[in-house]
Amino acid sequence: MIEQTLFYIAAAVLVFAASAVITVRNPVVAALTLVLCFFCNAAIWLLLEAEFLAIVLVLVYVGAVMVLFLFVVMMLDINIAELRKGFSGFLPIGVTVALIMVISMVLVLASGYFAGPEYVPLKHAAEYSNTRELGLLLYSEYLYPFEIAGAILLVAIVAAIALTHRRAKNNKSPAPGTQVAVKREDRIRLVKMKTEQQS
Amino acid sequence: MALSAELYYLIPEIILLSGACLVLVLDAVLGKEQWSFTYTLTQLLLLATAGAILFVDPGQAVTVLGGNFILDPLGVLLKVSICLVALPVFFYGHDYNLEHGLHKGEYYILGLFAILGMLVMASAGTLLTVYLGLELLSLSLYAMVAMNRDSRMASEAAMKYFVLGALASGMLLYGISMLYGATGTLQLAGLANAIAGQTDNTLILTFGLIFVIVGIAFKLGAVPFHMWVPDVYEGAPTSVTLFISSVPKIAAFAMAMRVLVDGMQPLAGDWQGMLIILSVLSMIAGNVIAIAQTNIKRMFAYSTISHVGFLLLGIIAARPAGYAAAMFYVLVYSLMSMGGFAMVILLGRKGKEADLLEDFKGLSERSPWFAFVMLILMFSMAGVPPFLGFWAKWFVIMEVIRAGFPMLAGIAVFFSVIGAYYYIRIIKLMYFDKPLEMKAIKSSRQMRTVLSLNALSLLILGLWPPLLMALCLKAIGL
Repeated sequence: MIEQTLFYIAAAVLVFAASAVITVRNPVVAALTLVLCFFCNAAIWLLLEAEFLAIVLVLVYVGAVMVLFLFVVMMLDINIAELRKGFSGFLPIGVTVALIMVISMVLVLASGYFAGPEYVPLKHAAEYSNTRELGLLLYSEYLYPFEIAGAILLVAIVAAIALTHRRAKNNKSPAPGTQVAVKREDRIRLVKMKTEQQS
Repeated sequence: MALSAELYYLIPEIILLSGACLVLVLDAVLGKEQWSFTYTLTQLLLLATAGAILFVDPGQAVTVLGGNFILDPLGVLLKVSICLVALPVFFYGHDYNLEHGLHKGEYYILGLFAILGMLVMASAGTLLTVYLGLELLSLSLYAMVAMNRDSRMASEAAMKYFVLGALASGMLLYGISMLYGATGTLQLAGLANAIAGQTDNTLILTFGLIFVIVGIAFKLGAVPFHMWVPDVYEGAPTSVTLFISSVPKIAAFAMAMRVLVDGMQPLAGDWQGMLIILSVLSMIAGNVIAIAQTNIKRMFAYSTISHVGFLLLGIIAARPAGYAAAMFYVLVYSLMSMGGFAMVILLGRKGKEADLLEDFKGLSERSPWFAFVMLILMFSMAGVPPFLGFWAKWFVIMEVIRAGFPMLAGIAVFFSVIGAYYYIRIIKLMYFDKPLEMKAIKSSRQMRTVLSLNALSLLILGLWPPLLMALCLKAIGL
């Protein structure tokens, strides 16, 4: 009973926050409501006994990705009015597409192809640890795909650096190594000159 | 089997991955002057990987790591050929990069990771591994296409490739999710069993199959999923085009074999029909549009599309002999395509690409030998006996007839005649037209030797085709 109440609270806040993300005018507020979305999602996952995913969602998405998002939103001076221009012009097409999607989804979902047996999530004993089960599976049965995923992330880093890293053309920053290695002879030239005769 | 015993079969992949990381670190530490060192190390690493694959070859099918990894004769042959084809590809690419100021370590490092992805695909035992291998390959290729950051064409090509590629990956993943939903397994062997045991509700299987086919067709570049091919071939630096056009085709064939044959042989009746449409459209569009091209890289792109149409014929036969013929085709194709782009690299100079058809005008007066090399390549691509390209076409067409599709064979022959026009046009340009300039061709002795060997191999292997065919038949298990 208490679980159901918690679920409905989280779900209601989630729906409210999700619709706020796309309706509020201030992009910073939109980003913050997205954070709220992730929190509610994490709460629902916790109710499903998927605590590892819930923690990761909060740590990675709320802790890192959304902070980055907020920074970007605050740094960039985005003109919202400019973006909203022509919104009403696209409205008929948007509504048509949305309607078609809703109709096709209803047709597919009502067709019976997806009507399998209903699955109720298993309730586990108190000492059951989802994190442990996930880890066991990840490092035994899915060891090979896990390692390949690691290689993919490495390639992503290499590619990102290869494509974006370049020295600025007019970079005038000095190289400390050469500055330290400089010798007196490189900078100072002693020239012997004859004293000139006063005439 | 203990984990250590299972890892024995992964030695080639482990060598390649750790070697690639080592090259990455050494390249960063040694800095700009040592890029030829990166190149040498890359080549040695590929040789070591190929050697390791032959070393661990179990001679039969071995499944390890929870079914994720399969090493069978098919995988061994494809993996060894991926490594061996990549050797000359990197050699030509090195020559081009030096000449055109694109000499960066990333070309080789990303290339190595792409090859790792291909090896993963070639010995994938589950749909998950197929997908991950494909992503490793594609991600590396997107970055390689964009490597020349100062070129607008290259950036545009990379953007198109990336967006369409991501879409195709999404389609594939969607199809995989459908198959998983219908059968409850990701293992290819288990999938085949589940499909064979399922008689009702096959609609959802066919539905999933369609999306999987779209993913494979995109990777192969079959019509109507070919839009990226001409732009990427033309926009990318020639060293990258060379790579994309040769090695990943072998991997795409491996993917088709793993998913369609290992995983969905019971659905052969369904995928045969879809592949027939793809194949016929590819042969039509590839051969006809290629005639209108004036840029040779673009022309090769359309020629690739038509070759893919032929390659699919072998798979359409849906019999082991047909798969062997398709395998023969893809290996021969990678040899020819590599040679064709190497000719473009050979004729180019610093700051100028020889990527127009008119750059080939009067080549026989400038260099009779390389005009002859190009003649071998073009005749082989057109499918003129006794070159290897003829046998590739011959085998797939024979297999299609044996499998009971004589109409399809007729279409294939008809369009290969049309295709012969634009290949022979290049020969006409080389031998009967006046050259635009009389400059001698400047290139290193190694470049000349490797390119000559590449072309001569098409002639020599073509004189005795059973040699390569025997390997393919053995890999399929005939």
